Amino acid sequence: MTTYDIIFYLFALVTLLSAFFVVTNRNIVHSAFYLLFTFFGVAGIYVMLGADFVAVVQLIVYVGGILILLLFGVMLTNKITNVDIKSGTIHALPASIVLGLFAGALAAAVLNTKWKIVASPETSSSTVSLGNMLINEYALIFELLGIVLLIALIGAASMARR
Amino acid sequence: MIHAGLTHFLVISVALFSLGIYGVITRKNAVMVLMGIELILNSANINFIAFARFGNFGLQGQIIALFIIVLAAAEAAIALAIVLNIYKNLSNINVDEMDSLKD
Repeated sequence: MTTYDIIFYLFALVTLLSAFFVVTNRNIVHSAFYLLFTFFGVAGIYVMLGADFVAVVQLIVYVGGILILLLFGVMLTNKITNVDIKSGTIHALPASIVLGLFAGALAAAVLNTKWKIVASPETSSSTVSLGNMLINEYALIFELLGIVLLIALIGAASMARR
Repeated sequence: MIHAGLTHFLVISVALFSLGIYGVITRKNAVMVLMGIELILNSANINFIAFARFGNFGLQGQIIALFIIVLAAAEAAIALAIVLNIYKNLSNINVDEMDSLKD
């Protein structure tokens, strides 16, 4: 049991526990704040996998952008003064039974497969090589994604203003 | 407890995916459904990066994870604009009450 394992199980615990609270908490604002811890835990898991740049992007985009958008959505669509911010669940029991079976089947498939593990060489930082790949072989996809993001944000702004 | 390897990360991804699906199909509030979708996208990202780390595919998995994060941002912006419009028209965002197309 090395330090790597201890940190891994810590991040896994934070991620899964807060994700569980996200989907089961009745208060939507509490769910959004638990989602913060889920994103932090996932960023930690990315760091454990040697993806430091993706982890930082996860923190900036998810925590700084998407989570704020979701909180705006909660605040703009609920009457805060009335206690109407609670949200019910439907079909909770059948959904948990079916998804328990589904998760068990998927986990069994993962655990019973003989994965061919090829240890990739340890790299100190992935940022330089990721930047080189983004402006060389993935340049077209990179630019297209920029256009997609621009169009999506313009569309979202014009839809929300109407 | 054995040394954390590929299967550990895949099992975490499976659990996160199932929790996301649970949130999508059981919560009434449309914003909660969006949070479930974000959980699902995160689990897919964990899969991509885990296979990039343990499968010797170079950094392609991390590139695809970056693209998924960008698309998730676009999806969240569009979906929240739609949710705001629904709230303006129906004055609630419960997904089980959006059935005016049935009439």
